[in-house]
Amino acid sequence: MAKPKLKEHRINREWCKGCGICVHFCPKSVLELDEMDKVVAARPEDCICCKLCELRCPDLAIEIITAEKE
Amino acid sequence: MAIKDYIRERFFPHLWCPGCGHGIVMNGMLHAIEKLGMSRNEIVMVSGIGCSSRISCYVDFHTLHTIHGRALAFATGVKLGLPELNVIVPMGDGDALAIGGNHFIHAARRNIDITAIVMNNRVYGMTGGQFSPLSGYGTKATTAPYKNIDHDFDIAQLAMAAGASFVARTTAYHVKQMTDIIRKAILHEGFSVVEILTQCPTYFGRKNKLGDAAEMMEWFKDFTTPIGSKAKKENDDLIERGIFVQKEIPEYCEEYDKIIEHAMKGS
Ligand code: SF4
Ligand code: SF4
Ligand code: SF4
Repeated sequence: MAKPKLKEHRINREWCKGCGICVHFCPKSVLELDEMDKVVAARPEDCICCKLCELRCPDLAIEIITAEKE
Repeated sequence: MAIKDYIRERFFPHLWCPGCGHGIVMNGMLHAIEKLGMSRNEIVMVSGIGCSSRISCYVDFHTLHTIHGRALAFATGVKLGLPELNVIVPMGDGDALAIGGNHFIHAARRNIDITAIVMNNRVYGMTGGQFSPLSGYGTKATTAPYKNIDHDFDIAQLAMAAGASFVARTTAYHVKQMTDIIRKAILHEGFSVVEILTQCPTYFGRKNKLGDAAEMMEWFKDFTTPIGSKAKKENDDLIERGIFVQKEIPEYCEEYDKIIEHAMKGS
């Protein structure tokens, strides 16, 4: 099976509450909170598409879109 | 179906506080339902009162938002009337085990095919952080400013003793295990209890100086262990997670149907 390739971090800024859970647990330190306390993918090139951020977000505010998916 | 197809987007962002574990449970439950490939029309969600019970507002299934502690009683009625539907009851620890404690043990005893998801955050969040039956000895709450002198009980052991045929525990940190357990609990034919340790950073976390949501989740990682692990033998304080019981015993609705059939034949 080919490794999933990242297309984008789809972030819903309206729903993100800046709790920092995704930032804290990302194994590759891809994510950061910006000055508005909303999550941003600061280092998308390091993302391994494990989707742990998507699964742990209490607000359904971040989704990992991979090349195969669409 | 995608996760977003199972929710009522018009009510988002939801009202839970930043980092509340209930959102993670909703997320995991939706992933479990997506994996099962169920349609929205096959599921009924019945809830009572509390922060956790708000889940029924956000998911686009058949939903009933009922009264405090009595969700299982309403759910029993729904299941007996429409046994072909999958009934899921999300509850908080107080809703399930204090206000609704009697409904809980009797639903377990009857082994009715309902999936009870008990989100244990060890506090009454919605009403302002009062201690719950799961807060535990020595913890603090708005109603226990010095310390709580009530002991808690073990939800999994209680459920097993009351006769539940599927009993499991996981945490808001262990999201993959959570999804897997909820999926199995929904498939199980009988009363399933899934206890999920979740964080309430606003009350339980703040009162007990446990840090932010992520730190509380780190605690779930550090202080839980798979059932029967070596770590548990070495440190009995660790909380076990996994499936404790999964057994086949006669299910209530099926038994009830047999009685109806028997009665219709006449004696
Ligand atoms: S976990 Fe969700 S709500 Fe929290 S910071 Fe990340 S995207 Fe935002
Ligand atoms: S998918 Fe994994 S690696 Fe990529 S941002 Fe999310 S948590 Fe980090
Ligand atoms: S009070 Fe606690 S349980 Fe209620 S929404 Fe806030 S964090 Fe969640």
